[in-house]
Amino acid sequence: MKDLNVLFAGFGGQGILFAGKVAAYVGLLMNKEISWLPSYGPEMRGGTANCTVCISDEEIGAPNVPNPNVFVVMNLPSFDKFIADVESGGTVVIDSSLIDKKVERDDLNVFYVPASEIAEKNNISGLANIVLVGKLFHEMKFASMEMLDKAIEYCVPKSKEKMLDMNKQAARLGACFA
Amino acid sequence: MKVLMKGNEALAHAAVSAGCRHFFGYPITPQTEISAYMAKTMPKVGGTYLQAESEIAAINMVLGAAAAGVRAMTSSSSPGISLKAEGISYMAGSDLPALIVNVQRGGPGLGGIQPSQSDYWQATKATGHGDFQILVYAPSTVQEMMDMVGHAFDTAEKYRVPAMILADGMLGQMMEPVTLPEEKTAEASSKPWAACGHDNKREHNVINSLYLTPNKLEDLVLERYARYQKIQETEQMAEEYKMEDAEMMIVAYGASARVARGAIMQAREKGIKVGLVRPISLWPFPVDAVRSNGQKVKDILVVEMNMGQMVDDVRLAVECRTPVHFLGRTGGMIPSPIEVLKKIEELASKSK
Repeated sequence: MKDLNVLFAGFGGQGILFAGKVAAYVGLLMNKEISWLPSYGPEMRGGTANCTVCISDEEIGAPNVPNPNVFVVMNLPSFDKFIADVESGGTVVIDSSLIDKKVERDDLNVFYVPASEIAEKNNISGLANIVLVGKLFHEMKFASMEMLDKAIEYCVPKSKEKMLDMNKQAARLGACFA
Repeated sequence: MKVLMKGNEALAHAAVSAGCRHFFGYPITPQTEISAYMAKTMPKVGGTYLQAESEIAAINMVLGAAAAGVRAMTSSSSPGISLKAEGISYMAGSDLPALIVNVQRGGPGLGGIQPSQSDYWQATKATGHGDFQILVYAPSTVQEMMDMVGHAFDTAEKYRVPAMILADGMLGQMMEPVTLPEEKTAEASSKPWAACGHDNKREHNVINSLYLTPNKLEDLVLERYARYQKIQETEQMAEEYKMEDAEMMIVAYGASARVARGAIMQAREKGIKVGLVRPISLWPFPVDAVRSNGQKVKDILVVEMNMGQMVDDVRLAVECRTPVHFLGRTGGMIPSPIEVLKKIEELASKSK
């Protein structure tokens, strides 16, 4: 398997770190080596938040990846900051309801998903992050929906159990979006 | 199945599993999750979590608890460790085992909050005033953040010296899968020296670091140095990676060792024979592993997240017989594998 080095980026509060955690658990469930590294500190409070998830067959060296091969992005400042760093041939998943811009590079696989709009329409607003994760794993053909469900079960805390089905629904909405 | 945990949480979890029931701390980024985990967990296991009024208060509470013979710890990040310096020196002077965790951030001063290794000198050379050393361990994975804790407590108690885990913001904040350690509830070793009540059945135990008679103090320091000697002979820890056929050796610990490993894989693909010696114990410095490997290679490259604080230790270990080069970033910047790879290529082309 080719290593997946995924950068999730957006505003604090959009569930960027949670989306990364779900992706990391998918890797863990598939017996891969994984790492999850968040940005931390003052930038998280209302500013940009991001995290890097590495999924590999080999032991993971540096968990900070200057050139990710997958980029999931949920706001314009992060899009502008990181789009040039994405490895050539990489995959980009964009919440197009929040980012009104097209990718100018022609060496990337780009998916525009109006994730926030989709979530809103289905009464699961706030779960655009998982809509994008659903789309990502569907397009990468990396993990089955069952695997993604299982990862979500690991990540949603027991105190928020009512969120479980909503997260699973969000992942499906993302996967089905064409 | 393994579980995903942040380095800080893994370390705290391991401390509780190792029988530590006394945590004293004061909040600071990026070690916060250690304190948060302890605040949540200690009351549930009958332990004590106390947020002190300052770092100085916290380390002195650790001193008190350690004097009473229990497993006690504190955690902080760089500026907070400087504040604890006095207490650490007092503990060394009182022969008290305890665990101090430093999740390093950029310095000097308040510095920044991003990962750094710029407290290497402080940890290994002068954590406080006086003739003393402490044990220093540098984990490189979240699993090691976990595994080092029990080892640090055990070794500290065996030799009656304080121990430090020298981590950094990256290892503290990142998540990796870990296998949880076994629970250890009983105190690991008996402590006949502890000041924990004597029921009139024995003499008072006195825990003290003040000795106004110089020859008495000298004798005590000499006795302590005999223990240090034993530690240096028996407690060195290092990992070797791809050193069998290496013509170049990287020496790196903690987070920067991970970056170096990534660069080594890429360099090997290009046919450059480079390997890694990763110190796990920083004090005692793994002189044996660095010397035996370092004298076989043409070049040595030290990679750190500071301005080169370990370079002299490597030079001394190889007795300057092999040139020692340095690559580092500081201030909270993390070197990229590409930067390290470029340096490897540059050195390899020069030595041909």
